[in-house]
Amino acid sequence: MAERSFKAEVEHLRLGEGQTFTGEGILAITKALLENGVGYVGGYQGAPISHLMDVLADAEELLGELGIRFEANANEAAAAAMLAASVHYPIRGAVTFKGSVGVNVASDALANLASSGVTGGALVIVGEDYGEGSSIMQERSHAFAMKSQFWLLDPRPNLPCITKAVRDGFELSEATNTPVMLMVRIRSCHVTGSFQTRDNQRPTLSVKDALSNPQSDFARVVLPPMSYMHEQDKIRNRWPAAETFIRERGLNEVFGPRSAPVGLVLQGGMYNGVIRALQRLGLADLHGNTEVPLYVLNVTYPLVSDEFLEFCAGKDQILVIEEGQPEFIEQQLTTFLYRSGSTVKLRGKGILPMAGEYTGQVMLDGLTAFFKDAAPGMLPAIVRAPNEDRPQIPDLTATVPIRPPGFCTGCPERPIFAAMKLVQQETGKLQISADIGCHLFAALPPFEIGGATMGYGLGPAANAAFDGGGERRPVSIIGDGGFWHNGLSSSFTNMAFNKSDGVAVIVDNYYSAATGGQDIMSSRADNPTKATKHPITKALRGIGIDWVRQVDNTYDVGRMRDVLREALTTDAPGPKVIVASSECMLNKQRREKPLAQKAIREGRRVEAPRFGVDEDVCTGDHACIRLSGCPSLSVKKLDDPLRDDPVASIDQSCVGCGNCGEVADAAVLCPSFYRADVVHNPSPLEARIARVRARVIGWLQTRRAARRLTFDGAS
Amino acid sequence: MTLPDMLPDRLAGLLPDKAADPRLSGIIKLAILAVGGQGGGVLTAWIEDVARSAGYAAQATSVAGVSQRTGATVYYVEMAPHHAGDPMPVFSLMPAPGDVDIMIAAEMMEAGRSIIRGFVTPDRTTLIASTHRALAVSEKMVPGDGIASSGEVMAAADIAARRFIAADFDALAIANGSVISASLFGALAGSGALPFPREAFEAAIRAGGKGIDGSLRAFGAAFDVAANPADQGVAPRPAPRQVPRVLGPARLLADWDRLVARVAAMPVPVAELALPGLRKVVDFQDLRYGAAYLDHLAKVMARDDAALGWRLSREAAKYIANAMAYDDIIRVADLKTRGRRFDRIRKEMRVKDANLLHLTEFFHPRAEETVGLFPAKLGAKLEADPKWMARLDRWFNKGRRLRTDSLRAFLTLHLIGGLRGWRLRTLRHAQEEAHLALWLDRALSHVAGNYDLAVEVIRCRRLIKGYSDTHKRGFSKFDRVLEATAAVSGRDDAADWCRRLREAALKDEDGKALDGAIATIRSFA
Repeated sequence: MAERSFKAEVEHLRLGEGQTFTGEGILAITKALLENGVGYVGGYQGAPISHLMDVLADAEELLGELGIRFEANANEAAAAAMLAASVHYPIRGAVTFKGSVGVNVASDALANLASSGVTGGALVIVGEDYGEGSSIMQERSHAFAMKSQFWLLDPRPNLPCITKAVRDGFELSEATNTPVMLMVRIRSCHVTGSFQTRDNQRPTLSVKDALSNPQSDFARVVLPPMSYMHEQDKIRNRWPAAETFIRERGLNEVFGPRSAPVGLVLQGGMYNGVIRALQRLGLADLHGNTEVPLYVLNVTYPLVSDEFLEFCAGKDQILVIEEGQPEFIEQQLTTFLYRSGSTVKLRGKGILPMAGEYTGQVMLDGLTAFFKDAAPGMLPAIVRAPNEDRPQIPDLTATVPIRPPGFCTGCPERPIFAAMKLVQQETGKLQISADIGCHLFAALPPFEIGGATMGYGLGPAANAAFDGGGERRPVSIIGDGGFWHNGLSSSFTNMAFNKSDGVAVIVDNYYSAATGGQDIMSSRADNPTKATKHPITKALRGIGIDWVRQVDNTYDVGRMRDVLREALTTDAPGPKVIVASSECMLNKQRREKPLAQKAIREGRRVEAPRFGVDEDVCTGDHACIRLSGCPSLSVKKLDDPLRDDPVASIDQSCVGCGNCGEVADAAVLCPSFYRADVVHNPSPLEARIARVRARVIGWLQTRRAARRLTFDGAS
Repeated sequence: MTLPDMLPDRLAGLLPDKAADPRLSGIIKLAILAVGGQGGGVLTAWIEDVARSAGYAAQATSVAGVSQRTGATVYYVEMAPHHAGDPMPVFSLMPAPGDVDIMIAAEMMEAGRSIIRGFVTPDRTTLIASTHRALAVSEKMVPGDGIASSGEVMAAADIAARRFIAADFDALAIANGSVISASLFGALAGSGALPFPREAFEAAIRAGGKGIDGSLRAFGAAFDVAANPADQGVAPRPAPRQVPRVLGPARLLADWDRLVARVAAMPVPVAELALPGLRKVVDFQDLRYGAAYLDHLAKVMARDDAALGWRLSREAAKYIANAMAYDDIIRVADLKTRGRRFDRIRKEMRVKDANLLHLTEFFHPRAEETVGLFPAKLGAKLEADPKWMARLDRWFNKGRRLRTDSLRAFLTLHLIGGLRGWRLRTLRHAQEEAHLALWLDRALSHVAGNYDLAVEVIRCRRLIKGYSDTHKRGFSKFDRVLEATAAVSGRDDAADWCRRLREAALKDEDGKALDGAIATIRSFA
């Protein structure tokens, strides 16, 4: 069962002609796919496009009605490879993943696809994870379009434009026999708005029908001499066709007055930010009517020289607004100007920063600087104002702590890293490499475990240099998501084949958890359309790894520690792999909490565990927190003049996972924790036994209290 | 970071020929800074709903990503009046410094972060902040007190915001059986910062469909707080400290009153801490032990001076009590088996009469704790014998989970908790007593030469806390601080050094900061 149900969103996908969709950008794209007769959809989840995958996974019925195949691909490479169906068949296909990392993984297939060329429209929807909120390295997917010669759309970030780009993308792809990449940034994926819907279209040829009439053409195979012909075809035919299509269909847009001394050239995705800066400078109105000419590149690759030069004609200076580095677009446009012998001055990086997100402030500063220099007439009165009596706001940077993401309350990964921290207290610091996924949060305090990540499924591979072993074994960590994405082949066969002496820990939380709790091969859930319940250990044994330890309850910190210690010290040759399995608490709670509440209401027996701290036993040393970092385990100041330091405290969000008690025990911390299990609807017998116990205990307590002084209200 | 000295809105004002589109002032820009899991997405959706149902055009964005896992997250909404058929306004997808009308911070430090990021400016921003704290890991994990100052953020917010509405909206939500998104929504409605009636907000909650009653209650409570300017920005007054009642047999009460009379005769600054101190040691052991506490304190007072404000004695009153009420197994067992503890837990866990409560305690006594219960002489002998310690470890060193609601486990702990008569003969007591004497002597040895240093040495007792390894580390830090202090004891600024060393020792577990401080001292001493 996934983290959430998307049945409500699926209803949006059924809207028809003339109705209005209101919602998030990524869901609008999903709807647009159906309106444009897509025949198959695939992809691999990840922010910010997970929603597309999640919604389609819940839309099985609708997809069936329309004859569309949906595939939750094993990884981005598999997703991109699926577009091969559009090579020979006139079927529209779309895949989605996050950029730039997903494009990295997919690049092999994308390069082959671009070489072969397509018959049916092939659309790659990339959620460009760049800037604030991004979880990956800051790079551009743009370069992939340039190297493989496929086209890149970067539409203005509103729902009508984004959904139009889906249609344009398919048509451009078909008109030029070239795959098209539709790039949407994080905020565009999550932006809300409305657009007029159309009826969903069945594909003209379904993948099922295509199977009845198989096609092949060796001219499409990437082998010499055809591969040389593909290259020539890209340059001689597909590229010019794309330029023609872009011009004729007006995919790029020009706004503002025809003549002006200056103009702005921008990626479609930058449009709203640019308009806001112009609005603040008094150069655009509420609806975006601008006094400065804008050339908006809804297609950022290829760039159309003629169209660009026409825009430049009569202007003194233009500013290119291109987010990210290096400045591919600016370089290309500069070349266009130079080759045409133009005297128009092109500005870009330098006025705007080379690196980093173009935030509101960056955009305003950049445009202000440009106008001051290039068109002082448009901003006649800009002078720095004298410092007036604006109050100085105190600097809080030293006060406000950073708040990076971390493990959720009750996360089953926390005890794994608590155990690992304890083992390192015995062995000394270990060489540890990590992968992609929630477990990477262990790199942050309080655990500070693992110093590098090389990519999804590559954690153990990233330790390959140390496979030969040494005084202490190298340790690598990988999640179950990473294991099935790419880890089994790239990391574990690599370990097995090279007879690695290393230790690998597979964090098996039953889902691809960090991307939103999607099911994977080893998920424990029943999934009507996917094969689940395939144990990771079985796969490991299958590739010849014999030293495998399955831990079925990660919250048993003592056992986790012992198994880790064993893996680090055993004489057994070859890779040592620990599969640490407990369900993602976020998903577990989503499923079980309503069930438990229902059971309580219906009078069935339910035990609800929660932890607590005896504050008079806690000494405020916070050793427990250094082995936890749980959001529900915090500290609080006591109203006691004899105490200096805050004591541990557990709030009501505790889910009773057990880590606190286990850690207190395994690390021999302190006896201040207790677990309270509240029994709802106890059986009559146990209630009677409890009453007897309570009576005896109460008698003993009263008796002792009567013989001593008791300070009521004190601790 | 300070605010850019040339704010954009001022820039716009300096363009007389290029006055901004007056309709632009109709755009309301609202940002929300929340901690992942606080329901910022729900709040954003409600706000959009209210705006749209009032005929506004609205656009929301967020950058959830991995930040939804307990990290800081930002949501952003823009809205403007809109007539059907008009073109849509062009909205920005992210907040810009100096250009935010309403800033909602779902936690106190997030309010601070919004100020740092320039989203709160005196010319336009209404800041609605929940004063509660969700502590960051970096604040919780330091061995001392690492909690960031909410006061600094409050002070900055008073200056930075045009209007500042602050209350514990988290507590308000919990008290009404809901979550903070609902109370913040209520505060937004109550603030009047949006031009929509209360009913429109409530309708948005009803349309949401989940937990409606609780949400509406929390909404209403927060609405009242935000709508009533008298309460604005006023921190809740701390409840007056409860003076504990003393209960017990008349004979003991009479003895207690005699001890209290001794405290009452002390100067006020000392008595203020000596009374809770006395309570603590009597609660730990008995009245005679309480008398011993006052004797120790009297010795310190004899060396103290009213002219110096009795600072030394005041600190001694606090730390001698803490030192005498050390954390041994007897104390823990006693505390764990008291009736009032059971009552407290039942209340905290909201156990109803129809429910049962199972209580599990986590004990892990080692050979050290076991031998600490032995008579001092025998214990010391065994402790010096590695063979015996290994044997004891084998017998006793084991995690024990005790169900204190069951008779067997309760009786075990009840009996151990009743060993107070035996306590003063144990090895642990002898060790603690010796350490106490050594520490006090050391502090008092500085009184004549450097009074401030004596005070600081007394305060170093704060370093000793925790159990087992943590306790041992505390002891070792204590020793190292005092040792390093001794090296500079001849200097005028010795007290300052002692304080710095102590603070460094409380910064991190491994004592890295302390190592640094000691290295500094070695470089000149």
